[in-house]
This record gives sequence, structure tokens and C-alpha cells, in this order.
Amino acid sequence: MNNKIGLYIHVPFCLSKCPYCDFYSEKYSRTLAEQYKQAVLRNLEYYGGDFDTVYFGGGTPILLADEISEILGKIQRTDDAEVTVEANPCVCDKQRLARLFESGVNRLSIGVQSMQERELAFLGRRHSVQQAEKAIVCAYNTGFRNISVDLMLGLEDQTKESVLRSIQTLAELPLTHISAYLLKIEEGTPFARRSLMLPDEEQSAELYLFAAEQLEKRGFMQYEISNFARSGLESRHNLHYWHCEEYLGIGPSAHSYYGGKRFCAERDLNVFLSAEHQRIIVTDDKPGDFEEFSMLALRLNEGLRFDDCYRFGIDINVITQRCKKIPEKYINITNNGISLTRKGFLVSNTVIGIILGY
Amino acid sequence: MSDSSYLSEIRNFCIIAHIDHGKSTLADRILEQTQTVAQRDMEEQLLDNMELERERGITIKARAVRLNYKAQDGKSYVFNLIDTPGHVDFNYEVSRSLNACEGAILIVDASQGIEAQTLANTYLAIEQDLEVVPVINKIDLPSAHPEAVKEEIEDVIGIPADDAPLISAKMGINIEAVMEQVVKCVPPPSGDPDAPLKALIFDSYYDSYKGVIVYVRIKEGTLRVGDKIRMMATNAEFQVVELGYMGATNLISADELRAGEVGYIAASIKSIGDTKVGDTVTTADNPAAEPLAGYRNVNPMVFSGIYPADGAKYGDLRDALERLQLNDASLTFEPETSIALGFGFRCGFLGLLHMDIIQERLEREYNLDLITTAPSVVYKIEKTDGTTVFIDNPTNYPDPAEIVQAYEPMVEVHVFSPSDYVGNIMELCQERRGVFKDMKYLDETRVDLHYELPLNEIVYDFFDALKSRTKGYASYDYEMLGFYPSKLVKLDIMLNGEVVDALSFIVHADKAYPRARRIAEKLKEHIPRQLFEVPIQAAIGGKIIARETVKAMRKDVLAKCYGGDITRKKKLLEKQKEGKKRMRQLGTVEVPQEAFMAVLKLDE
Repeated sequence: MNNKIGLYIHVPFCLSKCPYCDFYSEKYSRTLAEQYKQAVLRNLEYYGGDFDTVYFGGGTPILLADEISEILGKIQRTDDAEVTVEANPCVCDKQRLARLFESGVNRLSIGVQSMQERELAFLGRRHSVQQAEKAIVCAYNTGFRNISVDLMLGLEDQTKESVLRSIQTLAELPLTHISAYLLKIEEGTPFARRSLMLPDEEQSAELYLFAAEQLEKRGFMQYEISNFARSGLESRHNLHYWHCEEYLGIGPSAHSYYGGKRFCAERDLNVFLSAEHQRIIVTDDKPGDFEEFSMLALRLNEGLRFDDCYRFGIDINVITQRCKKIPEKYINITNNGISLTRKGFLVSNTVIGIILGY
Repeated sequence: MSDSSYLSEIRNFCIIAHIDHGKSTLADRILEQTQTVAQRDMEEQLLDNMELERERGITIKARAVRLNYKAQDGKSYVFNLIDTPGHVDFNYEVSRSLNACEGAILIVDASQGIEAQTLANTYLAIEQDLEVVPVINKIDLPSAHPEAVKEEIEDVIGIPADDAPLISAKMGINIEAVMEQVVKCVPPPSGDPDAPLKALIFDSYYDSYKGVIVYVRIKEGTLRVGDKIRMMATNAEFQVVELGYMGATNLISADELRAGEVGYIAASIKSIGDTKVGDTVTTADNPAAEPLAGYRNVNPMVFSGIYPADGAKYGDLRDALERLQLNDASLTFEPETSIALGFGFRCGFLGLLHMDIIQERLEREYNLDLITTAPSVVYKIEKTDGTTVFIDNPTNYPDPAEIVQAYEPMVEVHVFSPSDYVGNIMELCQERRGVFKDMKYLDETRVDLHYELPLNEIVYDFFDALKSRTKGYASYDYEMLGFYPSKLVKLDIMLNGEVVDALSFIVHADKAYPRARRIAEKLKEHIPRQLFEVPIQAAIGGKIIARETVKAMRKDVLAKCYGGDITRKKKLLEKQKEGKKRMRQLGTVEVPQEAFMAVLKLDE
């Protein structure tokens, strides 16, 4: 029984904001970074704890390599804890990478997004394909053996061919994990204000299915709706989320499932910096019900086990009855449980709604 | 011999106008000025009782009030002001209310001039031989052009308007002139207080203490408390417990009501079905030889299935319908079931507006979420086994193999319109399988077009189509003719291969294809994508004549769970849960309530 929990630290600093992103971040400055570090340390003291995964997300966390290094020194964690830092190909210089590696970071997640120049330009990324390659190689040379990249699907003018080329290129590099996301236009972002010529529903679905297939062909096995990993190298931190396990989130806009409640910290750097410890807003004071559990479990290939249904007092027969309304190509039913197929992942909301009996 | 001189000091009149030209405001002012209601007690527009009427700006139930006016000639007059509804569904009720009057104040908006309803209502009044007294309202508006409007009245309607008072009901300007005009121009009623009683019923309502209160205009004779009365249409007899006249907010009892007067009767009448609008009330001891002319037995023309969206509310719906029926004799209902919709009622209405109003009242006053099926009419079928059946629910339509002959109800329609629109109207009637009978010129500019039309062609939206093709100037009236042989077919709608009984239609064979196509298209628009493809098919006796397909969903909305933030995903599921509540499971297909409504409101 794993009673260690995950730790998420939101590092809200970027050099510039990408037009599709709606994560919280402010412009990077050394002074703010220093104050931020102090605030994080104060919060760590306040909460205490013993963690088995640590994840620095952002923003562009690698910008604060020094500060992260110091912070890590104060985080109580298991010997084999997975420690991830997100990075941007432009900021993957030898010094920063070394700093991180030395302080115990053992996993890197690089926001590559695409290996096609045109697509990178569309996304407003500051790096080039070459820089991305260099960053990955540099990380490997520094000593990182667990390197993940992001791949974005459903971009303007993207085709199966361009996706294939990106995947082919990536497969040649020393990667262990790839997250492939369909682009979602978020309210309030510059992309939302532009009229973009994005692939339609059919095409997006095709791109996703194709990408998944090609990734698996090259040894990146799908384990979650958007995540693919070489055997044994799934993201342990993210699995905390999908297994409906507790984790603590520190930093502006960071979410937590901690002490039996779901809450989040205010989406404001200044507030975070000035507070003794972060001000939180409870988003759910009775989390972890069957609805939530199954919603998360069905994101994974392993799916929802019947054992877990029993735990919640749910009648399996009711569930399997409801599953009859779902076309076979979307769902796998075994004696042990149910899971969504790849096509099922694409319509997961609707399928989950049916399973939950809406 | 009784003294009949009192008659000369009575004026029975109504107010007619186009919507928003100021009918209710003027009524308010008259009530104020005759001090029938103290100013501070005025709740704006007292005469429109129901919230619904207030909102729609239309009056549904007739109301009446007695006022006392001290005229400039020094005499005291009794004014009976009767308020009238103004929609074709209730034409009959309007005509009976008008029949209770001798005059009608015609209000015309000084800035808008004569409009559609102005004409329609004025002609109704003229047909009842009322004296029409024009009044020009809203002269306070900068855009008012009263002199031009006077001329319009004279040219278009053909009544003199030189003396028409120029008023502003809103500002209370010149209201007295209106009342003087009523005294001067509206003729006093006639009638012999000693003759056998003939009282016209022009409205009624149910009071939980007194039973049905009947509004009457005494045409002949005198009625006293304690008299035994007889309803001439039904021969039902009752004893008068109370009678009197109507104040603005309450009933005022009296000892007797005489010829020429307007008032109410309370006779412990239990059911509103016992008092028929247009019927003649007489006394059992000295009955009149003949009833008053113009009585019509009003039957429901339009039917539809009304179902509670939530099956558990069936009892609530039944209770609500019972309450509504207390005050609405023309509403009928009977339980029925549908495979698609569960348990509900087949309700009968006077027309589409009546149906609309009942539905809104059910939803609003009784807080019910409803699903209604397409409005239908009654068909007569002669079957191979020799029996004759009447079908008002398409799902009961017999197998074609069992039908010898089908009959559909035909109505006699008179369309009144300015002659400019004759072409448009004839085109519309032709489209609706109408048979032209004749055309009469009512005067140089107006015609009366006489057509025979199938009821099921006018039941949906004939009225709206007519108004839109005649810029609102036309009006129409219809009366049942009877059942005529017809080539009818039953159109079935199938979703994913299963017939949805609630969507079935009876339609004329010639109209089947276009109707089928429209319905399939509408359904496609309104049925959301499901996890599988949904074929929508319209069929006649198993033969598919129209088809649309709702493609299967490939990808639904994505939600991220980054950084442990699952709130967005949860919100999506919540939204889905809410959305499903408005869905109806028809076999394997989820259909939102809106889809049913959309299919009903087919505008060709």
C-alpha cells in the first residue's frame, strides 16, 4: 500500500506566452524568481510531507533551474522518487540541465510540440526543429535517462504525413515517453480570438488514431488517453491523478487532492509571494466518489476494475447493462473490468456519461 | 306594464382596437373617471386578469363592468363596458360579447393609423349591427397625425370620424369626450321588461363558493332572485341564488336584472359545461318561445397529446387540466398512452392559439415540463368490418387494409381582406387543398372569400400564413361542414429503425412527400450526434419515402487533466448530466424535447 503522495509545484514563469496556452504564468524575472523560491520553501515547511513523485510544471520551470535545485534540497522524498521538471527547447542549455541533474531531477518533460517548422511557427514556439533535437540530445548527454516530449495534434494544415514525419524524427531520439494532445482552443487565449483553419472533427479523430498507431509501432505504448511510454516508463506522478490518489499542489493555480479535499491555490503570483502560506479555495469538499474515480480510471488503458466498483458499492450488473448501449468498438469488457478502446478515448465523455447512467 | 324609461339611460358597449393601440389603458381611464375604481386602487390595466394575457397583450376571457357616468346633460347613465378577446380561435366568443352590446368604441392610434386588427375587429362589430364610435388615441405622441387618421377612418372603414374625440389615454387627456360620445352615439338598448326572459350568455367562470357565475345580457324580460331558469340549449334548469352586476373588482348583488341590462347570475351551477356561451337563459315558468339567434355548439377542432416530461408528474398534469377545465368549457381531455412518451392526455382545443395558451398556462401556472405531440384533427374511417370509427390520435389509425373509406373534416372558411390581397389568399387556399366557392365585395375595397378547406390544412399555421401574405389585414372565420371522403395516409417516423409513435402524422396522400421530407430534415437538425449513426426515416405503411441520417460522433469535447486539475473534466460531465435530463430515450436514440417541438412548428 503506497501511502506516499505526489507533489506538484507550479512554476509560473515564461519568457513569452504561447498563443494557445492557458496555464498561468507571468514574465520571468530574477527578482521574482527569488521571491518565488522563498514562498515555495515557506509552503513546504508549512505542509511537510513525504513524497514519492515530485513534478515541477509551468510555465517554463527550467528557467528557475537554480531555485528548483535549492527547493529540491528541502523536499522530503523516497529514494526512488520520480522527479520531473518541464523544459522548453530554447532553455535547455548544458548548465541548467547539469544543475537539475545534480540536484536529483531524474525526468525531463520537454515542450517540443512538433518536429515540423511550419507547425512550430503556427504554434508560436520560439524554438526550431534543430533546437528541439539538440535539447533532447543534450539532456541525454547530461545524464537524463527518462525524457518525455509533448506532441500536438490537430494543428492547422497538419496531415498524417506531417505527423508521421514528426514521430519518425522523435523515434530516432533517446526518448522514453511522449504525450500527444489534440489542440484545444481555450477561451481567453489569442488562438480563441483568431479564426483558424483547423482540421474538422473527422480529420482530428483520424490524426489522433494515426498518431497513436505510429507511436505504438515504435515502442511507445499507449497507457492513457494522451500518454505513450516505453515499457515501465509511464509518468508515475500523473498516475497519481488518474488513480484518484492524493497529491499536494504548491504555487499559484496549483491544484491539490490533499487531506480529503480538492482545492486550488489562487491564480495570482503576487498573492502567492506575499502570503505566509498559499491561500486556497476548496473546489470539492467530498471528492473521490465513484463518478470521479471512474472518470479518471477510464482515461487509462487499464480502465475501471470491477473490484473498484465493489469498493464503491456499485452493482456490476448495472454497469454492464449500461455498457450495452455503447458500440463494441469503443469499449472492452472482461471479467475484471471495463476499459475504453482507442476509438473510445475519442468519445470518452459520452461513453463515461452512459456508464455513469446519465 | 313596467316602466321602460330606464332603458334610455343605459349604454352597452365594448372597446375594440389593434394590439397596443390603447384599449386597456382607455378602459382603465374610464374606470377611474367614473370613479368606479379609486385611483390608488388602480393596478394598471385592471381588466386584463391573467398574467399571461398581460404579457401577450391580448385578452382571452371576456370581462364586463358596470359604471355610472354623470353626463354633461345632467343625467346619470349606466355604462356596461364589456372587454372582448381578439383572436380567430375565439371569434365565436367575441361575436357573442359583441352581441351583448349596442356600440363599440373603436380606438385608433394617432401615430399608427388603421391596422390589421383594427379592420378585422371593426367589421366584426359592424356585422353585429353595433354603432362604431371612433376615438383617436395617443395624440400626445410627436408623430401623431390625427386629422390624417380621421380621413383614413372615413375612407377605409367608411364611418364618419369628424367628431372622433382626440385623446391620450395614457395622459388622461379628453377622456370625458369619449364618454360623452358614448352617450350621444351609442344607441340605448331596447327590450320589454315584461316579456318572457331571454338572456344571452356571453361568458362564465367558476367560483369555488358560488359555482359557475354566468355573465348575461338581458335582451327581454326580467330576472329575479329565486326564479327557476332554464338553459335553452341543454334544457338544464337551475334556481337563481344570487344575481347582480359587476363592479371593477367584485360582484354587486341586486334583486333583479331587467331587459337592456348586463349582469351576472349565480345559481349553484356545478359545471361550466352547463353554461354555453351564446346560449339563451329563460325562465322555466314562462319560457321564451325561441332562443336568441347566433348560438353555436362549439366543439374542439384541434387535438394534441400532452405528456409530462417527467413521468412522475402525471398526477400533477391531470390535476392541472382538471383545474383549467373548471373555467374553460371548450377544453377537453382524456387519458392516453404512447410507447415513446409514456402516460399522458389527448386534449381538444378550439384552435392553435387555444392550444398554445393552455400549454403555457400548464407550464407556467402549474410548473409542468411538457412534451406535446403534433396537433391533429378527427378523422372518420369506414372499416371493412362494417364499423365506423373516429380517430383523433394518429397512432390509432387503422391498417390501410382495413379501410373502406377515410373521411376528413372540412370547414367552411370566410376570409375577409382588402381586395389587394385576393391573389395571395387564393394561392394560399389552393396550396391548402381549398375549393373556391365564391367571392363577395363587402364594399369597394374589401372582399369576403368563401372557400371550403380541409381542417387539417388550416390547423397548423394557416392563420400565420394568411397574416403574412396579407400584411396582417386579413382575418378569417371557420365553421365545420362535415366529413368528406379523402385520400389519407399515415406517415410514420422511424429512428434507428424503430417507429416513434408520438411523431406519427395523418396527412393527405398528395402532401405526404413534402411533409415527410420537412419532418426528416427538422429532426436531423435537432437530434444530437450519438455514438452510432441514426437513420431518420419517414414511411407510409412500411415504405420509406424520406430519409436523413445523423452521422455518428467521432470525437466529443476533450478536457485536460493537467497538473492534477480535474475540474474541467468534471464540469463537462455535469453539463452532460444536465443535458440528458431534457432528453427522451426513444428506443436506442436520445431525442431532446426541443426536437418534438421543432417538428410541430413546421412552417411550410
